[in-house]
Amino acid sequence: MLLVLLVVVVLNFLMLHLAPGDIADTIAQTMGGADEQDMAELRKQYGLDQPFFIQLFNYVVRVALLDFGHSHFYNLPVFDLIMERFPATLLLVFSAQILSLFVGILLGVYAAQNPNGLSSLFVNMFSLFGYAAPVFWTGILLLIAFSLHIPIFPVSGMRDITIESSNFFVHFFDVLRHLFLPMITLASIFFAYYSRLCRASMLEVLGADFVRTAKAKGLSKKDVLLKHALKNSLSPVITFAGLSFSAVVSGAILVETVYSWPGLGTLAFNSIISRDTPVLLGILIFSTLMVTVGNLLTDLTLKALDPRIKI
Amino acid sequence: MLQNEEIEEPAIKPVKEIFQTFFKSYSAVTGLIILIGIAVMGFIGPLFYPTDPFDMVWMPFSPPGADGFLLGTDYLGRDILSQIINGARVSIAIGFSAALVSCFIGVGIGSFAGFYGGWVEEILMRITEFFQVLPTLLFAMVIVALFGSSVLSITLAIGAVSWASVARITRSEFLRIKELDFVLASRSSGSNNMALIFRVILPNAAAPIIVQSALLVGAAITFEAGLAFLGLSDPNVISWGQVIGSNRVYILDATYTVTFPGIAIFITVLAISLVGDGLNDALNPKLRSR
Repeated sequence: MLLVLLVVVVLNFLMLHLAPGDIADTIAQTMGGADEQDMAELRKQYGLDQPFFIQLFNYVVRVALLDFGHSHFYNLPVFDLIMERFPATLLLVFSAQILSLFVGILLGVYAAQNPNGLSSLFVNMFSLFGYAAPVFWTGILLLIAFSLHIPIFPVSGMRDITIESSNFFVHFFDVLRHLFLPMITLASIFFAYYSRLCRASMLEVLGADFVRTAKAKGLSKKDVLLKHALKNSLSPVITFAGLSFSAVVSGAILVETVYSWPGLGTLAFNSIISRDTPVLLGILIFSTLMVTVGNLLTDLTLKALDPRIKI
Repeated sequence: MLQNEEIEEPAIKPVKEIFQTFFKSYSAVTGLIILIGIAVMGFIGPLFYPTDPFDMVWMPFSPPGADGFLLGTDYLGRDILSQIINGARVSIAIGFSAALVSCFIGVGIGSFAGFYGGWVEEILMRITEFFQVLPTLLFAMVIVALFGSSVLSITLAIGAVSWASVARITRSEFLRIKELDFVLASRSSGSNNMALIFRVILPNAAAPIIVQSALLVGAAITFEAGLAFLGLSDPNVISWGQVIGSNRVYILDATYTVTFPGIAIFITVLAISLVGDGLNDALNPKLRSR
C-alpha cells in the first residue's frame, strides 16, 4: 500500500519533469513574463537547478511530510485545499458504492431465482446501459429531469446556505437531499455490474450440494437464500467491487463536475482550467490513497465473509 | 509441404463457424450494422452534408427542427448535426487507436508475465495491479493537462491507463496454454522463446483478448468524452465529447446541445458492446453450446 503511494509520487514527479515547461515558466506566465535572470532566480528558489535525483528525493520527502506544494490560483497550501474538499468526495464515493452494492445484490438475488424471467432481462439491459451511457451524460439527463422539469432536487452544491438552523438533522437532511442525484448517477453504472455478477454467482451456488442439503433440512426459503446461498455467492461481487473502486473515483470526478458537488472532482476541474498543476497532482495522490483504503476494506470484508482467505 | 496443408485444412472450419455463430446472433449483427453505419456517416457523411462544424452558421441556441437545423445550433451558432457527423470520425478514431495502444501494452506485459513466471511475473503484475488501483481518469487528466491536449496525447493517455484488464487476461491465458502439449512440441522442435510467445501461444490466447479489446474501444470512446467534458480536448478537432464539454455550461437553457451528442455516444458504445458480446459467444467454444 505504501509502495503504491510511493510509485504514484515518483510517477508524478517524472511527469512534472518530462512535461514541457516548469513551475518557473508558469509563474512567469501569470506574472506576464520575466527576464532570464528572474527565471534563474525562480528556478533556484524552487530547487529546479539541482540534479535530477536530488529533486526527486526532495519531492518525495516533501510529499511524505504532507507538503503538496502551493496552489498559485487559490493562494493556499494544496494540502489544506484538498482536506477541505476531501470529505465531500469520500461521502459521495462511499455512499454510491454502498448503494450500488446493496441494490445490485438485492436485484441479483431476485433475478437468480428466475433466470429467464423479466428481472433477469432487466439486469442484463441495465448492465448494457451502465456500460454504454457516459456517466456525466446520465447525470445531465437526471439533472434536467429532476431539477428542471420536476424540481424535486436541488441543481447543484452540497448545502443550502439559506438554511439558518442549528438543528443537526435539518442539515443532515439538507445534505442528503443534495447528495441524492449525484449518488444515484454514480451508482447507476456500478449497480448493473454488481447485479449481473451476483445473479451469475447465485445461479452457480443455488445448484450446489450444500444448498440442496439446506433445503432438505427443511429450512425456510428465506434462510436458504440469504444465509446459505447468498453468503457463499458474495465473494466475487465484493472482489469486483474492490476492483471497481478506482473506476468509482474516476466516475465521481465527472459526477461532481455535473452537480458542482464541492469535492475533489470539481477542484480537479477548476485546477485544469486555471493550470494549477500542484493541485491536480495532489488530488491524484489523495484519490489513489482513497482507492487503496477502499481495497483494504474490501479485503477485510472478504476475510469476514470467508475465513479461509488470508490477507 | 503436404503436412502443412493437412494441418491447415481443419483450421479453416472453425473460422467459418465463428462467422456463422456471430452472424446468427441478431444483437451482434444489429450492433455491427449500427457501427458500420456510424463509421460511414463519419467518413462519407461530410460529402453529403457539407456544413462546416466550426462555422457559425446561424444564431446561437436555435432549438432542434427550427430554422432548418435538424438538431439545432450550439452556443456559438454552430450546426450540431454537422458536429455530430464530423465528430463520429474523431471519436471512433480515438476509441480504436486508444484500444489498440492498450492492447499492445497489455498483451506485451501479460504475455511476458505469463510466459516467464518467477520474478518477471512478480514485477510485471505488480505494475499491472498499480494501474488497477490508480484512478484512471485522474491519471489521464494529469497526463493531458501536463503534455497538452492534442489528439495524440489524449489517445496515448487513454491507452496508457486502461491496459490492466488486457494484461491480466493475457497472463491468465498464457499460464493455461503454456502447459499444453503443443507448446512443448513446438519447444522441442527448436522454437525460441519469442517464437513460442508470439507465434505459438498468442494466437491461441487471442479470443478473450480480442473480446476485451472490443470492449475497450467502447470504454475509450466514453473516456475521451469524459476528458472532453472536463475541458481536456483538442480544440482543433470536433469530437462528440467536445460538443458536450463546450456546451456544458448551458445545459439548463439548451438541453439538446448535450442530449444529442450523448445519444450518439450511447448508441455507438452500445453497438460496440453488442458486437463484443457476439464475438465472445462466437470465439468462446465453451460457451457456444449453451
